[in-house]
Parts: sequence; structure tokens; C-alpha cells
Amino acid sequence: MLASIALFLQRAVVQGIPLLFGSTGEIITEKSGNLNLGIPGIMYVGGISGVIGAFFYERSTATPNAFLSILIPFLAALAGSALMALIYSFLTITLRANQNVTGLALTIFGEGIGNFFGGSLANLFGEGGSIAMTATSNLFRKALPFAEKLGNIGTVFFSYGFLAYLAILIALLTAWYFNHTRSGLHLRAVGESPATADAAGINVTKYKYMATCIGGAIAGLGGLYYIMDYTNGVWTNGGFGDRGWLAIALVIFALWKPNIGILGSILFGGLYVIYLFIPGLDRSSQELFKMLPYVVTILVLVLTSIRKKREYQPPESLGLSYFREER
Amino acid sequence: MSKSTIKAKEPLFHIAKRDAMPLWKSWLIRLVAIVAALVVCGIVVVLLTDLNPLEVYQTMFKGAFGSKRKIWATAQNTAILLCISLAVTPAFKMRFWNIGAEGQVLIGCLATAACMILLGDKLPTPLLFLVMIAASIAAGAVWAMIPAFFKANWNTNETLFTLMMNYVAIQLVSYFITIWENPKGSASIGIINMNSQAGWFPYLFNQKYLLNILIVAVITIGLYIYLKYNKHGYEISVVGESENTARYVGMNVKKVIIRTMALSGAICGIAGLLLVAGTDHTMTTDTAGGQGFTAIMVSWLAKFNPLTMILVSLLIVFLDQGAGAIATAFRLNKSISDILTGIILFFIIGCEFFINYQILFNKKHKEEK
Repeated sequence: MLASIALFLQRAVVQGIPLLFGSTGEIITEKSGNLNLGIPGIMYVGGISGVIGAFFYERSTATPNAFLSILIPFLAALAGSALMALIYSFLTITLRANQNVTGLALTIFGEGIGNFFGGSLANLFGEGGSIAMTATSNLFRKALPFAEKLGNIGTVFFSYGFLAYLAILIALLTAWYFNHTRSGLHLRAVGESPATADAAGINVTKYKYMATCIGGAIAGLGGLYYIMDYTNGVWTNGGFGDRGWLAIALVIFALWKPNIGILGSILFGGLYVIYLFIPGLDRSSQELFKMLPYVVTILVLVLTSIRKKREYQPPESLGLSYFREER
Repeated sequence: MSKSTIKAKEPLFHIAKRDAMPLWKSWLIRLVAIVAALVVCGIVVVLLTDLNPLEVYQTMFKGAFGSKRKIWATAQNTAILLCISLAVTPAFKMRFWNIGAEGQVLIGCLATAACMILLGDKLPTPLLFLVMIAASIAAGAVWAMIPAFFKANWNTNETLFTLMMNYVAIQLVSYFITIWENPKGSASIGIINMNSQAGWFPYLFNQKYLLNILIVAVITIGLYIYLKYNKHGYEISVVGESENTARYVGMNVKKVIIRTMALSGAICGIAGLLLVAGTDHTMTTDTAGGQGFTAIMVSWLAKFNPLTMILVSLLIVFLDQGAGAIATAFRLNKSISDILTGIILFFIIGCEFFINYQILFNKKHKEEK
């Protein structure tokens, strides 16, 4: 019994980590007033960029160096997803395009890139078959050596690849950044009221660009974790599924606080897989159980809007472009 | 203050809002953007396939209009995309960001499929059609009214609410697929009423899709009139521009929001009806196929004008069919169409800036205007 609870918690964390990356990235983005609905697409691109990086590195050398095998996909994922976020930033901040429309277009584009290269990378370079980055993936999955000796505690706390711990670290750092640094305060000011921030001498454009691109890069790591750790380096088209949207849902659930996001992501991950752990469910009731994360998000959304507590609300200017001359 | 410091502070240019631009000029800008986007798409495809660009465009064109069958398929897909785009329009005009069209269409599909499966053999055909129409419209409307109700009363964020409703709808559909499975264990419901064809839309003049297209045409004209000449349409515009103004002149904003979303959902429900009864005769979780999201962009790019939407949805479907043809012809992955669609959308989204704003270069020395 205890072992199966430990296993459930472990699966919940593994499912939750991509969501945590995505939601931390999206929280940073939203704090600057940008509602980036392109996160699902960005996460696809993060995943596939990592795969492409690993693909070329594995091909280029017979004796891969473990450090480079991790570093190259990692940087590729960061760069690819930051580039996607840059497209979004340019369109919404500089060209003042509508954020919802741009975000949705970015998602279509990003999923297209992910599935296109995922499905045809091997074909394009004349090898055929599907791509499996097993060697690289094993490095990403390497857990702490003493994890297995600690039994259930090891399973729950120490059995993950390094990206999982990085996700939690980034979330904690982000929470600290928002509340304990001057620049975090500026960022929140930009999201709440860009006109006021501008008047106070804060460079609104710079903050919006930086927050969106860094947020995008962090979200992209969620895609990298999914492909390198969760699926053992095997790309399946559309396999990432709706996790990007769940990450956006998690932002609401976490009330725009990255440290609540850590618990939220594990809870969402648990809701995502709970149907596998409840005995005696037939296939149709399993489908109903898979509805849980979305229903819970809706409930949170409704309850927070009814309670109207100041600190539970989204940034005031979320979704609006800022134009200095327009008052 | 010395002259040099003033100069250093002066940026090279500044951006100002433009007055209304003549219609032809704004369309010229959009056209240029589309052409530029097509060129970029061509370059991307050429880079990936090593083909001559003319051949690429030719293949795309053939893929969409190459044969009678393909033209009908293009028309049918345009009609469906147009129908969903029309559906999201009234809500958008009201600045209600309904990104739940996907779910509303699926619920319409589910209602239609339910009628066909459960009542297919029991009701006479005309009555069956009436029940199907009523059920799909009601299902879509209810699905849309749930977030609208909370938005109207507590200002609950509708973008995220409607987004979540999509996934609830998808899971509901999966649930019923496992219940109606046919044959057992196939994880799909197969073709509904394969033998009796009960609830299938009839062929008009021997064309399977003509009825779908006609229905959408009627909705297009209807919605155009509704938005432009009806009091409701006016109320929608006012609420969209300023809720406070609407309240001040005595409009019941809550009522307008809920009524308009019900209309949006109802048209989505009809799209679901067309997809199940008029096109696929089956239902999967992918029946709406992401068109609920594409439709949002169609509606927005067409500036909420139902007639312009015909052109925009045709363009998107053309790209999709064309890219599909490229994918088959050169053995590429079908997802290339999403990449191309994305590129085109970026260009069209970006070009709006040049329609709404102007870049004024600051004169080097004097500021006389």
C-alpha cells in the first residue's frame, strides 16, 4: 500500500514537472501584462529544439561527452523557445498586436514545428524511422545514486532527473525575485499599470520583452523535460498533448504565485494520473476522471472571482498592449 | 542646456496613431503582407525540399483546386471554418474572448451523434432532423452560457474558463465514445447508422456537401444582417466599446452578454451538426480538429465582418489543402501546413500595425511641422 502511494506521488511529480516549468514561465510573462497563449506552442518548440540539438550532437561524434550531451540540448531548448517568445514579443509589444490572436497563432506555429521536425527529422537526413535519443535521455534521467537504497522515501524525493529539481528551484527563485528584489517590483508594476511604471521611469518595453522571452525559455524547458525524461527521448507527434494549456490553467490555480505553483503542479500531475491508481475503474469512468484537472481549474477560477480578494487577481493590465501616446 | 544633449535624447522616430485610412489602402497593405508571407512560406518549403519555388506554389494550387473533388472539399472545409468563425464573432465584437469554440462545436457533435444513435431507428426522418437541430443548438448554447453566466455576474475570466470547457467537452466525448463503441474494443464509434443512414444529411443535386454550404451561406447573411441592422447587433457593439456607456444608456449588460454567448454557442452547435450529420457521420475527439482556435483568428483578421470572413477562411483552407498536397507530393510531414499557416498569420497580424499606426521620423534639427 505504502509502496503504491509512493509510486503515485512519484508519477504525480513526473507529470507535474512540465506543467511547473510552463506555469512558472507563464507567470513571469503574465506579471509583465502579457497573456501569452502561445505557451503550448513554445513548449513543443522547446522539446523539439532539444531533440534537434541532441540529434546533431549524437550524429557528430562517436564518443559523446556526457556534459556536452546535456548542455547542447539544454541550450538548444532555451534558445528555440526564447526565439518563439521573441516573435510574440515583437508582434504584441512593438507592433501592438492583439495578444490572444498572436498567442493562438504562435501555438499553431509551434505545434507545427514540433510535429513537423519530430516526424521528419530522421527522414530529412536520410535515416528513416522515428527518432529516439536514448543515450542523451539516459543522462537526463540519471537520478541520485542513493535513491534506490532509501526505499519509498527515495522514490518520492530522489528518483528524478536533474531537470525536475531545476524546475522547483526556478519556481522558488522566481517567487523570491517577485517579492524581494527591486527589479521584481518594477516588473509587477509594469504588469499592474504600465502607464504608472512608465511615469516612474521604468523602461516598460524592456521589462515586457525580457519577461516574455525569459518566461518563454523557462516554459520551453518543460517541453525538454517531457521529451528527454518522461518519454525516454522518443518523440511522438502530438504526444505532448494538452499539457501546455494545463500549464496556463495552473497559473490561475496558483494565483500567479510560483511557489504555490510547485504544489499545484504536483496536484495537477496527480489528478492527471489518478485514474491509473484507483482500482476497479472501467474505461469510460477513466475518461471522466481525466476531466478532473480542468474542472478543478474552473472551480478555482469561479471561486476567486466571486471572492474578489485583491491579491488573488490577475495583473491589472493583463492582455492589454501598452501604447504611451494612448491615454 | 547644450545642443548636443538635446540631440542625444531625441529618438530617431516616434510612432503615432493614424487617422482612418482609406479602405483600398488598408487592403493594399494586407495584400502586400499576404504576398510577403507567401514568399517566406515558399522559401521555407524550398529550404526543406530543394525544389523550385514555382513548382511549390503550383502543387499548392493543385492541391486545393486541382480537380472537381478537390474544389468541393475546399468549399466544404471553407464552409465549416466559416461557420465556426461566424459563431465566435458576436462574442468577440462584445470583447468577450470566447476561445471555447472547439468545445462548443464538440458538444454540438455529441448532441447530434446522440440523437442519431439513440433515436435513429425510432423517429421518422423529418422529426429526427428537427430533434437533431434542436439538440445541437441547445447543447452548444448551454455550453457557451455557462462561462457567460459567471462572466456577467462575477466578471470571471472568460478566456481561461472557455479554454477549460474545451477539455471538459473533449473528455465527455471520450466518455461517450467508450460507451457507444462500435465494434466493441475499437475505441471509436465507427460510422453511425451505416445501413439505415438515418440522420444523414441528404445529397442535393448529387453533391454531398451542397447542403452544408447552403446552410452556412444562410447563416453568413443572417449574421451580417443581425450585427449590422438589428438592435441586438448595436447593443453588442456598445457593450464591446464600453460597458459603462452601455449601462449608462440603460442596456442590460448581463442580459446582452449571456444572450450573445448563447448565440455564439448555438452557431457552434450547428457547426457540430454539419460535421457529424453532414460530413463525417462519426465522431472523434478530434472532429473539430483545432478549427475552434483557427476560427478565432479568421474572425479577428476579417475585422468581424461576416462577408470578409468568407475570403479569409478560404485563404486559410487553401493553405491547409495546399500544404497537405506538398506534404504528400514530397513525402513531408503533414504538420508543415501548420507552420505555413503560422507564418501567414504572423504577417497578417503584424501588418495591422501599419494600418493603425504611422512611423514619423524626427527631423534632425528643427521641430517645425
